[in-house]
Amino acid sequence: MRRTARRGLAIASTIALLITTVGCSGDDGSGPGGGSVPGVTDTEIVVGTHMPLTGPASAGYSKIAPATKAYFDYVNANGGVHGRKITYKIMDDGYNPANTQQVVRQLVLQDKVFAILNGLGTPTHTGVLDFLKSNRVPDLFVASGSRSWDQPDKYPGTFGFNPDYTVEGKILANYAKANLAGQKVCFLGQDDDFGRDSLAGVEKVLGPGTVAVKQTYVTSNTNVAPQIGAFKAAGCQVVMLATVPGFTALSIGTAARLGFKPQWLVSNVGADHPTLAKQLGAAAPLLEGVIGTNYLPMQNDTANPWIQLFMRINKSHNGDAPFDGNTVYGMSVGYLFVQVLLAAGKDLTREKVLETVQKGGFQGPGLVPLRFSADDHSGYGGQRLSRVSKGVQSYFGPAYETDEADGPVNEYSAAPVAPPANGVPTVS
Amino acid sequence: MDRFVFLTIDGLSRGAVYAAFALALVLIWRAARVVNFAQGAMAVAAAYVAYTVSAETGSYWLGFVVAIVAGLLLGALVDRAVMRFVDHTSPLNPVIVALGLVLLIQAVLGMVYGSEFRPAEAPFSRSALSVGGVAVLSPYDLFVFAAIGVVVSGLAWMFARTPVGLRMRAAAFAPEVSRLLGVNVGGMLTLGWALASGVGALAAMLVIPTELGLHPHAMDLVFVSAFTAAVVGGLDSPPGAVVGGLVVGLLLSYVSGYAGSDLTPLAVLVLLLAVLLVRPGGLFAPVAARRV
Amino acid sequence: MSATRAALPPTREPDGVGERPVDRRRGSTLLRHLTFTLAAALLLVGVSYAVEPFRNFQLATVAAYLCATAGLTVLTGLNGQLSLGHGALMATGAYTVAFCQNAFADRGMTGGWLLPLSLGAAILSTVVVGAVVGVAAARLRGPYLAGVTLAVAIVVPALAVTFDGVFNGEQGLSVPVEPPPASLGLYFPYERWQLWLAGAATLLAMLLLANLIRSRFGRTFRAVRDDEVAARLAGIHVARTQVLAFVVSAATAGLGGALLAVLAQSVSPGAFSLTLSLFLLMAVVIGGLGRLAGAVWGAVLLVALPDLTHSVTELLTLSPAVAQRLEGNLPLAIFGVTLIVVMIAAPGGVQGLLSRLGRALLARLPARRS
Repeated sequence: MRRTARRGLAIASTIALLITTVGCSGDDGSGPGGGSVPGVTDTEIVVGTHMPLTGPASAGYSKIAPATKAYFDYVNANGGVHGRKITYKIMDDGYNPANTQQVVRQLVLQDKVFAILNGLGTPTHTGVLDFLKSNRVPDLFVASGSRSWDQPDKYPGTFGFNPDYTVEGKILANYAKANLAGQKVCFLGQDDDFGRDSLAGVEKVLGPGTVAVKQTYVTSNTNVAPQIGAFKAAGCQVVMLATVPGFTALSIGTAARLGFKPQWLVSNVGADHPTLAKQLGAAAPLLEGVIGTNYLPMQNDTANPWIQLFMRINKSHNGDAPFDGNTVYGMSVGYLFVQVLLAAGKDLTREKVLETVQKGGFQGPGLVPLRFSADDHSGYGGQRLSRVSKGVQSYFGPAYETDEADGPVNEYSAAPVAPPANGVPTVS
Repeated sequence: MDRFVFLTIDGLSRGAVYAAFALALVLIWRAARVVNFAQGAMAVAAAYVAYTVSAETGSYWLGFVVAIVAGLLLGALVDRAVMRFVDHTSPLNPVIVALGLVLLIQAVLGMVYGSEFRPAEAPFSRSALSVGGVAVLSPYDLFVFAAIGVVVSGLAWMFARTPVGLRMRAAAFAPEVSRLLGVNVGGMLTLGWALASGVGALAAMLVIPTELGLHPHAMDLVFVSAFTAAVVGGLDSPPGAVVGGLVVGLLLSYVSGYAGSDLTPLAVLVLLLAVLLVRPGGLFAPVAARRV
Repeated sequence: MSATRAALPPTREPDGVGERPVDRRRGSTLLRHLTFTLAAALLLVGVSYAVEPFRNFQLATVAAYLCATAGLTVLTGLNGQLSLGHGALMATGAYTVAFCQNAFADRGMTGGWLLPLSLGAAILSTVVVGAVVGVAAARLRGPYLAGVTLAVAIVVPALAVTFDGVFNGEQGLSVPVEPPPASLGLYFPYERWQLWLAGAATLLAMLLLANLIRSRFGRTFRAVRDDEVAARLAGIHVARTQVLAFVVSAATAGLGGALLAVLAQSVSPGAFSLTLSLFLLMAVVIGGLGRLAGAVWGAVLLVALPDLTHSVTELLTLSPAVAQRLEGNLPLAIFGVTLIVVMIAAPGGVQGLLSRLGRALLARLPARRS
């Protein structure tokens, strides 16, 4: 009898716990929404994002969302957008797709956010595309260069931001074709869509079979000596890297200790000089001559008005965090989102925001145009090349734009726009 | 042939570090019958202390010494402040506590130092010296081999020849009898934790400059390889840890060199199965572990 | 002998003492389990109407995790085999369900019976994988078994990347799931439907497991865990029992993974990393090793603890510089401290603690003793 009673007690307490866990915060459903549009009141717009703030993948990326938030805080301090302040909810998913499922549902179902902005990562964000679509949540400016975000028929509410990896590969290969003709080109890529799409872009320009040695790496194996050794043995003169920053630094460091000095052409993802230099420490001079790409103002270009603006906001609203490419990226995302909100008008609805983005025509810090239109949801459509010289990474030559198909790589010559005087966009 | 030599050297210098780390696992296993899943996080913590000291003083070697001292202290602290209070009747309890420690240590490091990679300097050149056109060993590789050689032979000497080593062995294998004979069993256990953690810190100091850099998760992958190495060699056997480490290092190097980096996990599983299905207690198991 | 044994649950009455009376009432055992399952099902339906969609989804996730933790409880708690690779078994189930659902969708097949079919296929494929791992595991003990299962936990997600033509690499596959049946109404919340699905599958699995534990098989599992030699002398085939335990455990883990894939409507290797396997192990030990109720606690904690620690952190108002440092890290630190404190204060886990409390309470009510 005692045994049964004990069991009964255990069961009862289990049930009680279940009820309390579900009940304890089950009544805050009203959230900030309240009105007819989720996440929007007369005084506030709530948006959310998922980012790796912890875990092995968090290096660098963990600074993006705080920078975006700092830009929003700056806009809020200047009166907000149509009288509304932007609240940015940042959720840590540790770059684990299972966590992304939880935190994005929490943002959408519980916190009732208006939109998901700049969710980071291909594997993480892919998993929530269907959920966001069925809940009709605008899914703006995904932080990854995957081509998955550009599927207007399948995912009408999803828009990219970064130039996709194929565009990037084409532009780097175009440089090799024009300036390093006749040299032996080799390729090291991450073993996922990043490396694959990038290699596809390279081969579109150079022609199939022209890449002499192709190697891949996985992030779970931090020894790239075998791959770099193969490049050296094959006599590669140009090595293209579709690598994350850690592996760019690792590859360049490994090559140096093997006495192998090719010309490096590095994807934008892994080409941020401050990040690489910090990781290489005393070996940072190895980065001399490395060619990379980017599409936003260079973080060290203090003459650039955008950089001046972002550095000012970084000081006033971001706790003066170290300023690098990720900070510029985060603030650029914030700027674009504020532009969209402004253009969508005072009567904010989710449909209106999507229409506004599709209309396109946004000009901001980017060096190349955003491609948004009804049948194109991909982000920036090109890049500009940069080179590290005397420890300073700076742009050279024109900006280029191209598509992810077989289109040509064209120069893009429109002059960049200057930021508005107070740093907050106005309705054009 | 050049490539084979290159991959072999590369694998051995990795393997030496795995060996040291596996040795740290073996030390704790022998002393406390615990697989210390927090080994990696503890070693990283010690490396961060070294980083701070080196950055303040500009001296690599001062940081190096501080790292090992910090490792020793951290090991003793973990034993005295945490593990001592854990109910060891279920071997899983200390494992869970160790996993809790991993989360705690990594979170604290993330708070204090941020989640950016920090550069880890190597005290010697990592550029390989060429012999007959083949890049062979770098001065740093030689340093790694020498440091680990010193530690391994030092520990072997201590356990075989010194009274304290003998007391540690006695306390581990027959705690009750040792206590009756006047051995301070608790103290020996703390010493075991401290030594293991010190060796772990040394391994971290040696391996981090060859990896992505200093990061709260810098030793996660090394831990997995080293645990594999310890299991392959046999958790009760220090020589087994050394051999296991070298075998795993070579295997990883050959597989990523000849087959592709993505196949390394599969290769590790095959190695484990091949060894353990023949010798369920690892290569150097004193007796077959299957006793029924 | 005992040194090489994998896992010995903390406290428990000698075997047989609590079992014999149950044996005599086998019919009533089944009845009791059925009643309890039914009650739980009714409660779940009630709760699914009472709470908002996000809580429904969380509960559905608890149900999915419960399958895996219950399986791990059977293996580690009752049979004494340690597995660090249950995340990989969940991945097996998840990918199988993805393949089946995609195949059905590609052929334009619809119908309510397709999902159960996919789940069945997921269980079947995991059983095969579990049997293979189990045969190897039956030869190994303690940390050696841990080493092999750890390698399995790393290999399975890695295979999804290696054979990306089939598994679509890191990005993974989407899992098309049909909307709730029209008979439930046009505006039936999707999350409630998810909870019903996951709850139904999990309760069924728990019912079967509970009966298995009380059956002859359950007793042989425990006999092998407690003393292999004695079990052998009693005529139990030790290796066969261990493989059987592994297969049962794998089947439920596969179901759990499959449910998780259905809930997420997607599957990718990153969701089934080594971390998941370690978290599952933490969950069953913290919940209380060796009892299904402990598995329930573990599954609840897996979902609730990250959420709770996040809420606690949100209560603090911090300057941007401090917030940036603490963000994400503080919840992990709280999680870690909780693990350590619970293990030191209550080595029997939550369920052990509750049993102790329950015993203490009952001891104060002598009048009610029969």
